[in-house]
Amino acid sequence: MIGCGRVGSSIARQLLSEGWEVTVVDEKEDALARLGEGWPGGFVVGHGMDVDVLRAAGIEEADAVVVSTDGDNTNLVIGQVAQKRFDNQCVVVRVLDPARAAFYEERGLRTVCPTSTAIDVLTEAVRTCAVPEKMEVG
Amino acid sequence: MYILVAGGGKVGANLARLLLRAGHEVTLIEQRADRFAALEEEFEHIVQRGDATELFILERAGIKRPPDLVLAVTGDDEDNLVICQIAKEKYHVPKVIARVNDPRNQAHFDLLGISPTICATSNIMGLIEHEVPEHELVHLLELRNENLEIVEVQIAEGSPGAGKRVERLEMPDGARLISVTRGGQSEIAVGSTELRPGDQVLAILQPGKEDELRRVLLKR
Repeated sequence: MIGCGRVGSSIARQLLSEGWEVTVVDEKEDALARLGEGWPGGFVVGHGMDVDVLRAAGIEEADAVVVSTDGDNTNLVIGQVAQKRFDNQCVVVRVLDPARAAFYEERGLRTVCPTSTAIDVLTEAVRTCAVPEKMEVG
Repeated sequence: MYILVAGGGKVGANLARLLLRAGHEVTLIEQRADRFAALEEEFEHIVQRGDATELFILERAGIKRPPDLVLAVTGDDEDNLVICQIAKEKYHVPKVIARVNDPRNQAHFDLLGISPTICATSNIMGLIEHEVPEHELVHLLELRNENLEIVEVQIAEGSPGAGKRVERLEMPDGARLISVTRGGQSEIAVGSTELRPGDQVLAILQPGKEDELRRVLLKR
């Protein structure tokens, strides 16, 4: 798990509770606090662009790599490094910009775009709470 | 030529200025508001504000034409890498050049096929190796696609290589001598070539073989 913000830390905790062995990488040591007290998984302080950090976190043996730092381009590069250099078959990358997410998805990188999801969910929420009179007018 | 310059810091702004002076058509993209304001004073409509890793910003700057050349020279290596990938692979820009800020990221550019790249730190380090004598092994050329490099070695008095014929050197696998320069005259290194103190020797080798080569030729 590269990046231990709100999203990354929650995914790490969720997967750990489902029985995965999880190691988290984050630049800041403080991020460990997001994983809760007595985090039983691994935690490596360092930048995900640094291949030594990735190796220390066990990327060579990992069954899956999730990249979710706060930078789209950082995530895209780390994701490709995990896929192409370390030959990991299951790499999932968070990308906030829908356009970049779509472009890299076409190129064979598995991207997840929370922005697109939010757009769909919010649009649907508006549709379902619209008042009937308005709908008739429309 | 039409040239798109991504990143309007010192490097990008100076490049844009030189390219304009050389008669090229240039668009410069800069994200930071204060920097953009300063650039706009000088460059007027040539500079556009925005994040050059966003497709609509690139399109507004004319990437669909496409430009003859895209220069990705921001201060962020990930941004430069992504700009080059998008330019090459989505918009079929024929040539991209990327700036590498942190030399440790060079491997990522190589892995993802972004070339050529330029790294100020590595260039300065190369000059130091060339200018400062205690760095006896000078990197002259990296052939990244071939995974080979060409280095120059100066044979000193008392070097293990001094006085030996090339065929008698225990050269490591993955390294060969190319030529020997003595008194301004160069010749191709063959088995019978004898090395003497003061010789400048060119060698071709796989990266990582430098220490072994040093041991054979230089270590006292």
